[in-house]
Amino acid sequence: MAAKERRLILKHVDAPGYTPDIACYRKHGGYEHLKKGLAMGANAIREEVKKSQLRGRGGAGFSTGMKWSFIDPAKVTKPIYLICNADESEPGTFKDRQIIHKDPHQLLEGMILSCFANGVKLAYLYIRCEFTTGWKVLEKAIAEAKAAGFLGKNILNSGYDLEIHVHRGAGAYICGEETGLIESLEGKRAYPRIKPPYFPAVLGLYMCPTIVNNVETLCNVKHIVEIGGEAFAKIGRPNNTGTRILCVSGDVVKPGYYEFECGALTLGELIHEVCGGIRDGNRIKAVIPGGSSAKVLRAGEVYKFKQKGPDGAMVEVQMKLEDIPLDFDSLAAAGSMAGSGGIIVMDHKRDMVECLANIAGFYAHESCGQCTPCREGVLWMKKILARIAEGHGRDADPELLKDVADKIAGRTICAFGEAAAWPVQSFIGKFKEEFNMRIRRNGAAAKKDIVSLIH
Amino acid sequence: MSLPLEAGTENCAGTEKGEIPADLVRKADEIVKQYPASKRSAVLPLLHLWQEQFGYIGPRGVEWISQKLDLQEIQVLELVTFYPWFRQRPYGRFHFRVCRTLPCALGGAGKTFAVLEKLMGVKGDPHHGALISEDGRFSLEYAECLASCGTAPVILCNDDFHEKVDEVRAAELVAACK
Repeated sequence: MAAKERRLILKHVDAPGYTPDIACYRKHGGYEHLKKGLAMGANAIREEVKKSQLRGRGGAGFSTGMKWSFIDPAKVTKPIYLICNADESEPGTFKDRQIIHKDPHQLLEGMILSCFANGVKLAYLYIRCEFTTGWKVLEKAIAEAKAAGFLGKNILNSGYDLEIHVHRGAGAYICGEETGLIESLEGKRAYPRIKPPYFPAVLGLYMCPTIVNNVETLCNVKHIVEIGGEAFAKIGRPNNTGTRILCVSGDVVKPGYYEFECGALTLGELIHEVCGGIRDGNRIKAVIPGGSSAKVLRAGEVYKFKQKGPDGAMVEVQMKLEDIPLDFDSLAAAGSMAGSGGIIVMDHKRDMVECLANIAGFYAHESCGQCTPCREGVLWMKKILARIAEGHGRDADPELLKDVADKIAGRTICAFGEAAAWPVQSFIGKFKEEFNMRIRRNGAAAKKDIVSLIH
Repeated sequence: MSLPLEAGTENCAGTEKGEIPADLVRKADEIVKQYPASKRSAVLPLLHLWQEQFGYIGPRGVEWISQKLDLQEIQVLELVTFYPWFRQRPYGRFHFRVCRTLPCALGGAGKTFAVLEKLMGVKGDPHHGALISEDGRFSLEYAECLASCGTAPVILCNDDFHEKVDEVRAAELVAACK
């Protein structure tokens, strides 16, 4: 039996009568933890976040406490910036949308606490412009928070000043990459920066130390201040602490967003019990577990990975797709990733060639064009996949695709190269016979009406 | 200097001609203040402001923004061509963006797009910019993931976001564009 939902971040979202205005937020205890945090002091908050073992919710799953520890506000002479990455655009992910539109003050409270903890005086909230109401909701929330004394000069008489401004993107996925985002915020094309430095903590916005955190991550900071780092670390599993918002889409009966303790349920429980199973009584064929960049998992696969046994020793266990616990480490062990929490389910009637052609279309559209392997490679992958789907495939195409993908991954400035290559490598690797069959049938497959996913 | 407008767009919403409203200038000045470390950061917000006012960003917008922020025109134009949200010609008064990415595609976005194409009377290759109806009333294009995959297929009609837009709902939305 699947574990029950545990709503920490989404506690009030969708509750009857809950509105995004500040009065409603305060009625539910809002901004009380800001008071607590200001009294605790910056160092104490940073310490609690470290203890919480919180990992970033944007995709990479990097330790938030560690990210923050790269900056020592006591030693830095330049301004320190914090940017909230609200450029939610990983296909399959729609969690930040819920927070921004339905509970914006929770995000602000988490953000103000995080800014205070890191000595930030000016912060930006980078939101994708396709959230056409979201940015207005946030601007209104900021104005309300300012009027109530939670933002601006001398916040709650603590002597601490902070300004937050909303900055809208303009439709480019690459702005989700933190250094691309910074370039974009500086008023340039969103070309990700060369690493090292690996973190904008060293050289970020305007070449100043900068922290970039995801919306859900910043909300978690509020809860860490509320319950303390140690208590937070008890939620979920070791090294996979807290809750996770899981966004399920595709061929399930009840798609949507669900919040569970990290690793509290398996992929099978999520799909069959929480989401009501596969639509129309169909069977699972494939699952992309962490946004479209994550490697696809195929039904029927058996994954072998090491787990701590009851006596503490590592033992090898075998798991089916349905048995994988939904946390960072288990999905990584299964060869994919928890990424941004976007789970896309495909049933047994879906054509993997078309699904991959669709994904390749996304990456071809979104490559920033800075690095040659990616700029050229993603377009060729899209063209080759379109021709297979349209019934003009060549025998060597699956190998060719794999070859192109292999030559992108690891040869680009940012992780977009991997994000574009992984779906191709994993789909071709796991469903090769389907690609070959499509190519053998060729002419017969060229019916326009079945090619519904590729454009 | 002016770019030739493509056939049909003379009926569309927006033109870069006419006075620049005082309100736009005031808002632009307010925005610039939000970036004390570098005025250049205000380029994207000002491009949004211009496009919302005039419907698109032509040479006049590029020139005005570059002067406002002490930039070369190319530093503004290169953003107009990089970011998919910005356009260099007017679109229809009702501009539809249909999400085409996998979850929406699985949910039937292709059918939604086809119905919209038919009802708006637009045709062409949707991979080369928006399709615009001859009377300038409608334009249509694909968008990449709009981040609402659980309610697929989703679309934006101007600034209004709509979920679960199947063929029936798509027809209702077109009919409501008066």
